Amino acid sequence: MSEPVLELSGISKRFGAVQALSDVSLRVHPGEVVALLGDNGAGKSTLVKVIAGVNPADTGTLLWEGRPVTVARPADAQQLGIATIYQDLALCDNLDIVANLFLGGERSTAGVLDEVGMERRARELLDSLSVSIPSLRVPVASLSGGQRQIIAIARSLLGEPKVVMLDEPTAALGVAQTAQVLDLIERLRDQGLGVILISHNMADVRAVADRAMVLRLGRNAGDFRVEDTSYEEIVAAITGAADNPVARRAGRVAVPGSEEA
Amino acid sequence: MAQQTPVAGEAAPAPDPRLIVTGSSPRGLVAAALRRLRGGELGALPVIVGLIVICAVFQSLNSNFLSPQNLSNLTLQVVSTGLMSCGVIMVLLLGEIDLSVGSVSGVSGAVLAVLAVNHGIPEVAAIALAVLTGTLIGVVHGTVFAKVGVPAFVVTLAGLIGWQGAQLYLLGSDGTINVPYDGAIAYLTQTYFVPAVGWGIAVAAVGLYAGLTLLGERRRTAAGLPAKSAAEVIARTVLLAVPVFGGVAVLNLWNGVPLAFLIFLGFVVVFDLVLRKTRYGRMVFAVGGSAEAARRAGINVDLIRISVFALASTLAAVGGVLAVSRGFAVSQSSGSGDVLMLAIAAAVIGGTSLFGGRGSAYSALLGGLVLGAITSGLYLLQMDSSVRYMITAAVLLIAVILDAVSRRSRRAHARG
Repeated sequence: MSEPVLELSGISKRFGAVQALSDVSLRVHPGEVVALLGDNGAGKSTLVKVIAGVNPADTGTLLWEGRPVTVARPADAQQLGIATIYQDLALCDNLDIVANLFLGGERSTAGVLDEVGMERRARELLDSLSVSIPSLRVPVASLSGGQRQIIAIARSLLGEPKVVMLDEPTAALGVAQTAQVLDLIERLRDQGLGVILISHNMADVRAVADRAMVLRLGRNAGDFRVEDTSYEEIVAAITGAADNPVARRAGRVAVPGSEEA
Repeated sequence: MAQQTPVAGEAAPAPDPRLIVTGSSPRGLVAAALRRLRGGELGALPVIVGLIVICAVFQSLNSNFLSPQNLSNLTLQVVSTGLMSCGVIMVLLLGEIDLSVGSVSGVSGAVLAVLAVNHGIPEVAAIALAVLTGTLIGVVHGTVFAKVGVPAFVVTLAGLIGWQGAQLYLLGSDGTINVPYDGAIAYLTQTYFVPAVGWGIAVAAVGLYAGLTLLGERRRTAAGLPAKSAAEVIARTVLLAVPVFGGVAVLNLWNGVPLAFLIFLGFVVVFDLVLRKTRYGRMVFAVGGSAEAARRAGINVDLIRISVFALASTLAAVGGVLAVSRGFAVSQSSGSGDVLMLAIAAAVIGGTSLFGGRGSAYSALLGGLVLGAITSGLYLLQMDSSVRYMITAAVLLIAVILDAVSRRSRRAHARG
């Protein structure tokens, strides 16, 4: 496979007496969907915040396209090309789709908004994602949950990122809407973006992820190729069910070396 | 990157089948308007209907109500509170409230009179300093609110009391300072334009509107975006032209178009354009819609908040200057009493939501005219201010109820 676009190694982060992350590594290749899995409190969100520059790591290195970089602020991450879509979508309900897509990055000449240019670019972007929304001039409040999620993802793409991090993108969505979002994630991968998908939903992970990276109690607890790995193995890594003498012995006897960490 | 795939070269994509297309026929335009109304997007309709009803009622009770002289007086009478409303609208769009506009207008008037009359500073300079006083006060309010995190309600409530105290202090034991009848201050509300100027302004305004709208729609068509039809642009232009030319005609029957009213209209138009067409306006709406979303999008929320409070107090100060001009004096009661409530009520009656993120600068004009018409009509009928207060309160309550109901209706029709 090609060189990873983003590679983290030895990442540690401590909050007071809590060692939230210790010696965590993660890599994402272009055109790859990596699912970041773990139980509540496993350190997923902390790792996302480290990558997004919200809470920089205490120690560890971050390689961007092979060269070491420091991400101390959210602006650093955005500049590199890391887009983060948080669980609460951070859309302004009273503004229309175009205004939301360009929020904070409006195109303007001498302070006057270039509405025509923005609407055209928005239409192009949504068409390229095969997203069909009747009118771009309706308030975002009138959209369904799935459409809102898609708008939030599309907004992050305007910055032309290389890595997109999605925090629980399907958490509150219905069946059809989840499928829409998963389609979109696949399209991002096909466009050559690296995608980090944080999810609790194993069905989603199995549907779109290429690799599953499991965190447990702030440490790497496994890195699986999704198509070669059973559901049970991943769940065992998440819950730590494999982490006892009996299971370890069973593992040694049955399928040796199926688990790292 | 791949998502940059040029689509522009292709033919314009077919409109989405789910989008209800309205024809450009008059019937299509009416149907579209009705659909928006049912969806709770009342726009300026309730207030315009209300204004017509109020005018009809007062005209039937006293035939002087719609006389050119009374209407001319009405335009001057709404200017001061109307300007304050303009600032209040900005604050309401943020989802906050400014209770200090009345006191700020009073203290600015006091600064103006003290500087111009007691210290003999040229009147134009005194006006500028009075307005600047308002700006500084607004920056203080905004900073305490945005940076320290004190609720705007409390900050401006303190302002309401504190600046009134400052006003009383400045005016000293006299309590009233008269300004000369022939200076720049008095000139602001004593100037009327000859009829030709009034007509010229009306033609220019309507012509500019029609020209710029057509140009904008043509650019949208050229870019392959849905655009308003020529019929709709003409309909909108006519809807604008009727009140503009009618108003100029009526005002020309008396003294002509008053300068003060033009100042007010100018502020309203400029604020409307700033809110709808500029990045700054978009940021104000964004902060009013969701401050957290705005912050995440990289908008400097604190700066927007401080600037909006500064603008609100600046406009309050301008309103205070015009109040001094109209009354030839500033007194201890300037800017107190019902001034604050009228300024906020005008904004809400005009259709700006108290819940933030929704409204327009034209609310100040329409709401101001409604309240001005009620006041003027009740004076003509020689009613007591007790009756005026009660009727104003009822109108305000109706406006807020409309706001709340239409908000619920928008929710039901999924329009925020």
